[in-house]
Amino acid sequence: MKKSFASTRLSLATLIAWLMLTPPASAQVDLTGTWARVGQSDNGYSREPVDLLGMPLSADGRAKAVSYDIAALSVTERQCQMYPPVYALVGPFPLQISMEPDPVTQRLLAVKIAGWGDRAETMIWMDGRPHPSKYAPHSHSGFTTGAWEGDTLTAVTTHFKMGDIKRHRGFSSDRATMTYRFYRHGDMLTVTGILEDPVYLAEPYVLTEIFRLTTNPNSFPLTACEPIEELPHLHEHPEIVPHYLPGKHPAMNEVTQRYNIPLEAVLGGPETMYPEYRRKLKDTYTPPPPQPPGRGGGAQ
Amino acid sequence: MTRVACVVLVAAFALGARVHGQQRAGGAPQPPRSPRAAAPIDLTGYWVSIVTQDWRWRMVTPGKGDYQGIQMTPEARKIADSWDPAKDEAAGEQCRSYGAPALMSVPGRLHITWQDDNTLKVEMDTGMQTRLLQFGSPQPSSNASRSWQGISVAQWQTPRPTVPLLLRPAARSSETAPVRPTGGSLRVVTTNLRAGYLRKNGVPYSENAVLTEYWDLSKLADGDQWLTITTQVDDPQYLRGPRLVAPLFKKEPNNARWDPTPCSARW
Repeated sequence: MKKSFASTRLSLATLIAWLMLTPPASAQVDLTGTWARVGQSDNGYSREPVDLLGMPLSADGRAKAVSYDIAALSVTERQCQMYPPVYALVGPFPLQISMEPDPVTQRLLAVKIAGWGDRAETMIWMDGRPHPSKYAPHSHSGFTTGAWEGDTLTAVTTHFKMGDIKRHRGFSSDRATMTYRFYRHGDMLTVTGILEDPVYLAEPYVLTEIFRLTTNPNSFPLTACEPIEELPHLHEHPEIVPHYLPGKHPAMNEVTQRYNIPLEAVLGGPETMYPEYRRKLKDTYTPPPPQPPGRGGGAQ
Repeated sequence: MTRVACVVLVAAFALGARVHGQQRAGGAPQPPRSPRAAAPIDLTGYWVSIVTQDWRWRMVTPGKGDYQGIQMTPEARKIADSWDPAKDEAAGEQCRSYGAPALMSVPGRLHITWQDDNTLKVEMDTGMQTRLLQFGSPQPSSNASRSWQGISVAQWQTPRPTVPLLLRPAARSSETAPVRPTGGSLRVVTTNLRAGYLRKNGVPYSENAVLTEYWDLSKLADGDQWLTITTQVDDPQYLRGPRLVAPLFKKEPNNARWDPTPCSARW
């Protein structure tokens, strides 16, 4: 018993000595845990189907957005389609982050963001592996590599499939790149996402979202999706591809009618992100009538 | 016991050698560097707001009663429901929506410079406001005069200098060069505020609100620089929980688009 105690002290002293001798390595913060979305911006919220406010869409991106009919997601083969990487910022779920060590060396192999219902998991490879050839197959989650810059984790995703980037409003193509920056400040995690797309965006689309570390995530478990008969007429007529012809979207003017915001702004474009655009609206915009009591004043 | 003492002695000697080596490499102990000299990131220059979020509440003045996304107390709602820009103008309070808790979300441009070695000056062209972020200042006394921009105490936050990576063979070698972490962020806490609006249409914050911010930089491969300001407003009087947003800015090469405009209660 006495010998065992001495042995423990020896092991402890050896560990302390070894730690003292270990040279400094790159600084990192621990991102593991479940991070609940704060959701106080309008990232995941929009009442009107045609609301492209502040989205730097190209002409092609705008045409794609206003031809989209959300019923397309009810087609049997698309019901279980996952969203693209930007969904991590605009979706309704928490981020469940874990570290995946190499089983042999214990070096950090990847940072994993768990999947959720309609979002595939993201493996942020930290071992220096290169991105695949541009001809490599694309997936819904894409291929992601990461690196620490001080206490900030930077990750870059390529090779992801086309998908809608803001709750069925606007799309990213399969040539897009997503760069994330993860900033941890205490129990707060701010993620900045920079989406670049030569097809559907004229300038980078940059979003932020704030998450809080939680021990009581109350999140829905990941469940396997199973197609069902959502819209009978699509089931009966599988040849139908839901869409709207140019200029025919029935909700095109909803934002203008409700908030007095000109259609030109509603349809997005890079110029609408800059302060100058505000001055452009100054002489024509009038605030809408007062909202009825009880609207707003809560989380989105 | 002898072996334990021996191991600890070796460790102490090794640590002493390291400290000695660091002192020898850097020469005589240096006086602490000023916040300006010690800045881990360079925030100076011109920055433009990029409004990709909350466009409907930032780029135009929302209608009365549109409080979507803000967790207000009933008292706050009552005040917001009585919002009257004409009254604010008559009282000379056109700048109520340009106070520090709201300013970084107002579309405009920032010009950030060092006023002196301890003070970052942040000017905003929209509303012609100036924030002074003071390093190392004591908390303001309760009788200090209140203002739209309040008193801001700043502090650099830098990565920890060492994080041992256990079981990493390369790290065990005594010849491995130390990795010096780079980067960091700026933490700013602002108090002594004059009561104002979080949103242009009269959503209030009280003079007891506390604003906590983290300023972080991203430098992309193409040279673009982005500034993310994680913003937390705590105001138990008017908010049911912390207000958390993270406005974005992109760096500009010069002041070509700098356009000072006065506060407006209506626009």
